[in-house]
Amino acid sequence: MITARGLVQTFHTKVGREKREVRAVDGVDLDVAEGEVVGFLGPNGAGKTTTLRMLTTLLRPDAGTATVAGYDVVKESEQVRRSIGYVSQAGGVFSSARAGEEVMDHGMLYGLSKRQVETRGHELFDQLQLDGLWERMPKNMSGGQKRRLDIAMGLIHDPTLVFLDEPTTGLDPQARANLWDHIARLRSERGATVFLTTHYLDEADALSDRIVIIDQGRIVASDTSDNLKAQVSGDLVTLEVGAAHVAVAAEKLASVAESVETSGSHVSGRVARAGRVVPGLLREIEHAGVTLESIEVHRPTLDDVFLTLTGRSLRDAESEKPGEPDAADPAATAAASEGVTA
Amino acid sequence: MSSFFHDCFIVFRRQIRMNLRNPAWVLIGILQPVLYLLLFGPLLKPIVSSFPGAADNEFTFLVPGLLVQLGMFGAFFAGFGLIAEWREGVVEAERVTPASRTALLVGRLMRDLVQLLVQALILIGLGLVMGMRGSVGGITFGVALTLLVGGACAAASNAVALTTKSEDVMAPLINMVMMPVLLLSGILLPMTLGPSWLQRISDFMPFRWIVDAVRGSFAGDFAGNSLLWGTAWALALFSAAVWWGTATFRKENA
Repeated sequence: MITARGLVQTFHTKVGREKREVRAVDGVDLDVAEGEVVGFLGPNGAGKTTTLRMLTTLLRPDAGTATVAGYDVVKESEQVRRSIGYVSQAGGVFSSARAGEEVMDHGMLYGLSKRQVETRGHELFDQLQLDGLWERMPKNMSGGQKRRLDIAMGLIHDPTLVFLDEPTTGLDPQARANLWDHIARLRSERGATVFLTTHYLDEADALSDRIVIIDQGRIVASDTSDNLKAQVSGDLVTLEVGAAHVAVAAEKLASVAESVETSGSHVSGRVARAGRVVPGLLREIEHAGVTLESIEVHRPTLDDVFLTLTGRSLRDAESEKPGEPDAADPAATAAASEGVTA
Repeated sequence: MSSFFHDCFIVFRRQIRMNLRNPAWVLIGILQPVLYLLLFGPLLKPIVSSFPGAADNEFTFLVPGLLVQLGMFGAFFAGFGLIAEWREGVVEAERVTPASRTALLVGRLMRDLVQLLVQALILIGLGLVMGMRGSVGGITFGVALTLLVGGACAAASNAVALTTKSEDVMAPLINMVMMPVLLLSGILLPMTLGPSWLQRISDFMPFRWIVDAVRGSFAGDFAGNSLLWGTAWALALFSAAVWWGTATFRKENA
């Protein structure tokens, strides 16, 4: 569905008087198969939106090639546009226009007839739990409703490939969970291929078959969530014991774990396949006369994966460069603030 | 080509629907020239006969100028609406459809022109009631010139809006352009009253020629040089601005 080779996008910014070239996307290769749901994960400013804008024909690549839904994004941009649905960070429904009319007008720009867009629009409103909101203005909708409306608009021409840019940014947890259901249905019910960007680890984890991680304009990993997590050596096991037993507990843990650390009454280490090892470990500890206060076992998170791959945690990467020119930034903040107020 | 007109119409209908929902703006737009007509017109009454090439009364002199002013300044603000739309992702959502990029601009210009036409007719109606004179043909031609000027300014305003993407940059920019245009176009008083150096400067102001042309056309003076120059300038500005506006909508990064 998507094949990209060596995509490059360079922005020119001025820092003081000095002109600087920023390679927002620096040689990205991507392959997405039909029916796949791919999560495009990375910190803010990593180049996610810029890559997406090149794949959706909104931005011409400075170098490299991309084929989307079988068409070249530069030479056959019109056919690409006909085949894809794109829900940007800002959405695309004007806040003081009527929801239904906006969706219909959008569909008619694809050359669909009034009757077609009306039928299809009402179907989508039903499916996305927007029934009764046809006449409402988006400014009077909740953040979750507004986002579902954006998705309805992106689906009006029944595209086989859907791009979602930060679909749940700024939503409260319930609205997020609800939207996840709807996104999951894009494939299960319409068989659509979905390519979504996010900087939430849990979102990428929950929705995607495969996760592609981008950092500083380059792809640093591409695999299933489980395989990516397997690259982090083991699960994190933390034991809490009485102060007198810390040394013994550390010794026992070290027999099965790597990089054991102690802090206060806590001893932690990475254990490969903790589920199988921990029962034996517990017996050993008990046998040594140590009283265990508590035990915690954490599967690696995508944050751990990011840390392993780049040497930085996702959070650090975000705070590092706040002003990166991700082309749609003002739109992003507008969408985010709207979500908060709604 | 038929799909081009179809796209223009969809964009136009969407825009005009939003305008009709909020007709206050059309009225606020016409308020300024109406105030000039009512409150400034009477000041011209005792002096209008001394103007070179004297118009028969103050309203025959003033209304054509106010029409051009309406065309210019009303349309200059068209871009503000576009910035609001851009910020909410509307422009991007439209650009990701197969619709013609030119249609995205032309549909919006059509809205601006319809709005301007309504305002112009209100202004002319009021002028006629107050005593303005003019032939039907002359007034029609004058309105056509006004629409060309309005289209040019609206297209330029949209282009500036998509380039700057900020009301804070646009407002002072419009102010900066508006002041010299207003002062050098002879909208309120004829430039011929001024010293020759000021007249020479105003020769370089395209809008002055257009104001003269609309005035000449209203007065039925179709033979004059100014009509030719004014029409030429109006056409040139319109073509250049539409070309510029389309180029901005086409540009990948808009």
